[in-house]
Amino acid sequence: MSLPAARPIRLRVNGETVEGQVEPRLTLADFLREHLRLTGTHLGCEHGVCGACTVLVDGRSVRGCLMLALQADGAEVVTIEGIAARCPVRGEAVARGEATLSILQESFRDLHALQCGFCTPGMVATAHALLAENPAPSAEEVRLGISGNLCRCTGYVPIVEAILDAAQRLREGA
Amino acid sequence: MKAAAFEYAAPRSLSEAHALLREHGEDARLLAGGQSLMPVLALRLASPAILVDLNRVAGLDELRGTSAGDLLTGAMVRTRTLELSAEVARTQPLLHAAVPWIAHVQIRNRGTLGGSLSHADPAAELPAVAMASDATLIIAGARGTREQPAHAFFTGLFGTTLAPDEILTGVRWPAWPTGRRHGFVEVARRHGDYAIVGVALTVDLDPDRLVTGARVVVFGAADTAVRASAVEAALIGQPAGEPLAAAAAGHASDGLDARGDLQASAEYRRELAPVLVRRALLQAFGLSAPRAPR
Repeated sequence: MSLPAARPIRLRVNGETVEGQVEPRLTLADFLREHLRLTGTHLGCEHGVCGACTVLVDGRSVRGCLMLALQADGAEVVTIEGIAARCPVRGEAVARGEATLSILQESFRDLHALQCGFCTPGMVATAHALLAENPAPSAEEVRLGISGNLCRCTGYVPIVEAILDAAQRLREGA
Repeated sequence: MKAAAFEYAAPRSLSEAHALLREHGEDARLLAGGQSLMPVLALRLASPAILVDLNRVAGLDELRGTSAGDLLTGAMVRTRTLELSAEVARTQPLLHAAVPWIAHVQIRNRGTLGGSLSHADPAAELPAVAMASDATLIIAGARGTREQPAHAFFTGLFGTTLAPDEILTGVRWPAWPTGRRHGFVEVARRHGDYAIVGVALTVDLDPDRLVTGARVVVFGAADTAVRASAVEAALIGQPAGEPLAAAAAGHASDGLDARGDLQASAEYRRELAPVLVRRALLQAFGLSAPRAPR
C-alpha cells in the first residue's frame, strides 16, 4: 500500500502565515518542530499525558501531539517562540527588539521555576492561557490549571510561585 | 509513538460523513476531539485505514436551551465549552459540577461530549452524568435519526449501541423539576486521572423532603457506568437525611460486577462504591458541601 498523499495546509503561526504539505498522520507538534523548525515545542510522551507539547490554538491551550496538522488548517497557532510578543505588558517592547521575554517568562527565570527546562515551554503556554482567562488566580487555581503538565525537576512549588508573581506583575502593568 | 499511516477525510455535512462510513465500513474511525483516539493511534493499539474527522461538519457544536427548558448540546461541543457555559450552569447543575473533574484544561479544550459518550470509557464522567441526568442521545444513521436514553446506550467495555454507519449527533438534557438535587464525587490517584470509582446521582425531594425519584450511577467500577438500582429502591419514599444516606449507600455494591486493574483491586472498588454513594447523597441532601477538584 502506498502512503497517503501529503496535502496542503495554510495557517497562522506566531502571527505569520505559513503553508505546508503534510501527511495525514503528522501531528501539529511534529509539523511545528520538523517542518517549521520551531523546536521550542517539546515532545515528551507523545500520547497526551505530559503536556510538554502544549501550544495555543485559537487562543486555547491544547496538546500539540493530540491534534493533526491537517486539523490546524486555517487556525491561529502560538508557540513558545511567539509568547513574548503576545505579552500584554512587554509585547510592544518585544516588537521593537527591546525585550525578549514576556513577564511570565521573566517570572519563571527570576523565581527558578525551571531546571532542565524540558517542560517549560508547555508550562508557559498553559500559564499564558490561564492568566489570559483569569488574571488573578489563587494558588489552588494555578495548581489545577497546570495539572496537565508534568515537571520532574522542580516539585512545582517555584512554578506556582512564578505564575502567581507574573499574575501580580501583569495586573500592576509592570 | 508515531501513528501508522492512515487516510483522512474532513466531511462538511452529516450526509458526506455517512457516505464515507458506508464506503469504508470497519476500516473507518470517526475522529471527534481526538483526546482518546489520538493516543490509541500513537500507541498503535488501533490502525484504521481512514479517519473521518467530524470537526468541520456544520451544526454539531450547537448549545442552546429549548422553550420547554431542556438543554440541547451537539456532539462536537467541547468539554471546556460545557464547563464555561452559563446555560449549563443554570439548567444542568450535575453536568456543571462534573465537568471540571474531566482530565486537564488542555484536554477539555479539545475533547467533545459526543466523543466521550461514543468512546464509552467505563471510568469517564460524561456517560455517568448523562445517565444520572436522564439524558437522551440523538443518533443519526444513513436511514434516519433515532433517540435512545443514555442508560440504554452503553453495552459493555468501550461498547455502545452505535451501528458502524451511525453517528451520535447530540444530547438532550431534560429540564430539572423543582426539588431535584445532585451529588458528584470521584476518587483518582491524581486530579485529572480517570476515576478509580466515581458517583454521579440525582434525587427528587418532595416538599416534606421525602425521596420521590433517584438515579444513582456508579462509574469506574465495572465495565460500564451502572445504575445502582438497589440504592435507588432503598431511597424511594424515605426522608432525606444522614441515616438514609448511610443505609441506602450500603447497597451500592449489590450486584456490582467490579473489575480489578493496576490501579485498584475489585475488592477495593466494592468497598469504595458505598463510601462514595453516601458522600454524594449527603451532597444531594444539602448535608455536605460539594467538593471542587483538587
